Amino acid sequence: MSAVIDNPSHDDHEHHGPTKGIARWLFTTNHKDIGSMYLWFSFAMFLVGGCMALTIRAELFQPGLQLVEPEFFNQMTTMHGLIMVFGAVMPAFVGLANWMIPMMVGAPDMALPRMNNWSFWILPFAFGLLLSTLFMEGGAPNFGWTFYAPLSTTYAPDTVTYFIFGVHMMGISSIMGAINVIATILNMRAPGMTLMKMPLFVWTWLITAFLLIAVMPVLAGVVTMMLMDVHFGTSFFDAAGGGDPVLFQHIFWFFGHPEVYIMILPAFGVVSQIIPTFSRKPLFGYHSMVYAVASIAILSFIVWAHHMFTVGMPLAGELFFMYATMLIAVPTGVKVFNWITTMFRGSLTFEAPMLFSVAFVVLFTIGGFSGLMLAIAPSDFQYHDTYFVVAHFHYVLVPGAIFGIFAAVYYWLPKWCGRMYSEPLAKAHFWLSFIGMNLAFFPMHFLGLAGMPRRIPDYALQFADFNSISSVGAFIFGATQLLFLYLVIKAIRSGEPATDQVWEGAEGLEWTVSSPAPYHTFSTPPEVK
Amino acid sequence: MRSRLVKALSLLLSAIYAADVSAEYGLNMPRGVTDISHSVYDLHMTIFWICVAIGVVVFGVMFYSIFKHRKSKGAVASNFHENTTIEIIWTIVPVIILVVMAIPATKTLVEMYDTSDADVDIKITGYQWKWRYEYLGSGVDFFSNMSTPKEEIYNAQEKNENYLLEVDNELVVPVGKKIRFLITANDVIHSWWIPDFAVKKDAIPGFINESWTRINEPGVYRGQCTELCGKDHGFMPVVVRVVEQSEYDDWLAQKQEEAKAAAELAKLTFTLEEQMERGEKVYATNCAACHQPNGQGIPPAFPSLVGTEIATKLLDKHIEVVVDGVAGSAMQAYGGQLSEVDIAAVITYERNAWGNDTGDNVSAKDIVDYKNK
Repeated sequence: MSAVIDNPSHDDHEHHGPTKGIARWLFTTNHKDIGSMYLWFSFAMFLVGGCMALTIRAELFQPGLQLVEPEFFNQMTTMHGLIMVFGAVMPAFVGLANWMIPMMVGAPDMALPRMNNWSFWILPFAFGLLLSTLFMEGGAPNFGWTFYAPLSTTYAPDTVTYFIFGVHMMGISSIMGAINVIATILNMRAPGMTLMKMPLFVWTWLITAFLLIAVMPVLAGVVTMMLMDVHFGTSFFDAAGGGDPVLFQHIFWFFGHPEVYIMILPAFGVVSQIIPTFSRKPLFGYHSMVYAVASIAILSFIVWAHHMFTVGMPLAGELFFMYATMLIAVPTGVKVFNWITTMFRGSLTFEAPMLFSVAFVVLFTIGGFSGLMLAIAPSDFQYHDTYFVVAHFHYVLVPGAIFGIFAAVYYWLPKWCGRMYSEPLAKAHFWLSFIGMNLAFFPMHFLGLAGMPRRIPDYALQFADFNSISSVGAFIFGATQLLFLYLVIKAIRSGEPATDQVWEGAEGLEWTVSSPAPYHTFSTPPEVK
Repeated sequence: MRSRLVKALSLLLSAIYAADVSAEYGLNMPRGVTDISHSVYDLHMTIFWICVAIGVVVFGVMFYSIFKHRKSKGAVASNFHENTTIEIIWTIVPVIILVVMAIPATKTLVEMYDTSDADVDIKITGYQWKWRYEYLGSGVDFFSNMSTPKEEIYNAQEKNENYLLEVDNELVVPVGKKIRFLITANDVIHSWWIPDFAVKKDAIPGFINESWTRINEPGVYRGQCTELCGKDHGFMPVVVRVVEQSEYDDWLAQKQEEAKAAAELAKLTFTLEEQMERGEKVYATNCAACHQPNGQGIPPAFPSLVGTEIATKLLDKHIEVVVDGVAGSAMQAYGGQLSEVDIAAVITYERNAWGNDTGDNVSAKDIVDYKNK
């Protein structure tokens, strides 16, 4: 409102701060406030989803049923997946986008600030709806985060309806967030900030946003078809009524495969910011990085049925999806080679953001290797739906997406709150997470190859040892995240003051503003040369 | 320094090699007992070693930089950030590796898809939570349920060697013959898997998927359902006994005899005690997973049978529910799964157990009459 009034005391207006109390957070249109809310919300969901993971790991610590019944176990696997994907990883990246994209392209705020507020405030209601099902008669959704029909339609608990509306709301939130990111990047760059000068984090988010707009409606479509099957007597996925259960999987994975890139591309961007900073050397192959991300995004639309090699597709279909999937290794390889060449003959230091980024490159690559193995259709018949797959996608999501988020938080936290975190505590967080995570997920490769299916509450005796190790690792990893919470709060309250530059080798517009970043930045656009 | 690096590398490699040879300790994929499973294993090991080789090179360069190019060691950053030649090389080389990998993979896949000229055809149907095996053209048709007792699962008894991987009726097939599987499901999606055969195929309602195997060595091979199919997904193992042709023929003949004998039973009448005894067994195998051994069920998904209208009063409705199932729920139609004798016994059991005490004795003829109505 006041923006259109010609205010004589212009300076005061420029520097006015946030309103006080709860109203600041409810009605804010400030990209920094909204970014912070997204980040805190996603961390809360990370802990909730983590508790569910620990319930699963506690039950699997030993053979036999000890703590939970199979029905509740299935609810835990389902809710853990849904909450981590839609509640922890995706909102965390949207939070980073909110904080950093305007500051990196020299814009005063996001292009659509009111929509920005709305897209955040939908989320607590969506997850409130989803989590409330845990306390309802019949229990929470129990059909896996991939909710294959007809287990999720004809045979689902009544709470499936809450799940469907929750997913609709998350989808609306994501689409609005994506529109906002695209509008900001395409319209609000500072003079001189051409597309091919944009930082890679901005590039990866631009491409991610297009993926979101393309596939979230597909997810909305598939859950709406489920809703029709459950409540209105249609038979989209019910063979008894002439429907097709395999159709569900095609639609779901047409959303689901780009979705996995939605969760990893922004992490590619984060790492591409951090590695040059701590190597004190420009990013190697900027152009090929941009093209590689774009190729990965395009390829992600034509590989979906590699999740379905065992459904009985015709031979030609199997071959097509096998070749297309193998092709993704090429641009992904280019990215890894570029990161390593950036480090080569640099002047390296290993503060927490760099530690997480280096671990990202190594462990994500291991996840990529197992992905390449899974692409080989005949071998996939052996790997499919075993713990090998669980190991694979946790290797790309935990040290991939989650380590990317940790790296980003350590890297930009001093800019956000004007204070440094404690480096020794952060290093402890890194090493405990690193050890815990590998202990939890590496043995799963062996379990899967030896024949343990995923999503089972109890297992045959030959799987006992590796399951115990995995559970110990999971608890180490989980407990370590409380240390992260403590050290972030400690930094915000009483950390050492940070300089504006923060990191010696950091480059980019965000480092030209003071630390902490003022409530409004770049009200006058900077000039980029 | 160099010798230390070599030593560390060789140690790492020997650890990986050890992992390879100790397949029997459950670290690696089993090599299996069919030609296809051998091809799959070879593919798996080839791609694994390719990944290891790439990993050694890539991580080698990375760790070299991490140790050599540290600021603390006085490393000064160079400024190079582009080199078209090397970027083209590291795009082309992976493409060549992938093409080399795709050729044997395609060959194996084509073989796996050739289901022609089978010697034995077996239809496999997934149910919540058991498998049904029908030997097409021979009249042999039976269910295979997990036989691990609840006491072992709930840690009241010591777990046996084949814990969760044992069934009441194994699938029996002849060695060295091409066996074609026709795989489908009755309710939700299941997936039939034997690692040693490298056969995994989804069982999908409304679809009949095909797969085949030719097993080289007699023995007992175990696997599990590998598609989440509800509550007892972890408790529906697949067990296959592979025997010589002559033994297989004897077994098949014996199964055909049993089927005839079961049909004879329908003509007899039984006392309430006999019915209760038979019914309790049928209930334990087919009903207890959902309705629980004490009949209380797990409401609301799986209703209680104790003192309800249907279980104590409405006999016709009771028969209807058991024979035809309840549409849109987990209650299956048992009319095609159990014999009339077993259905009569289990209904009698349900009407007299847990204090229901109706005194009703339902006969096989009642079930036949209902079916003919």
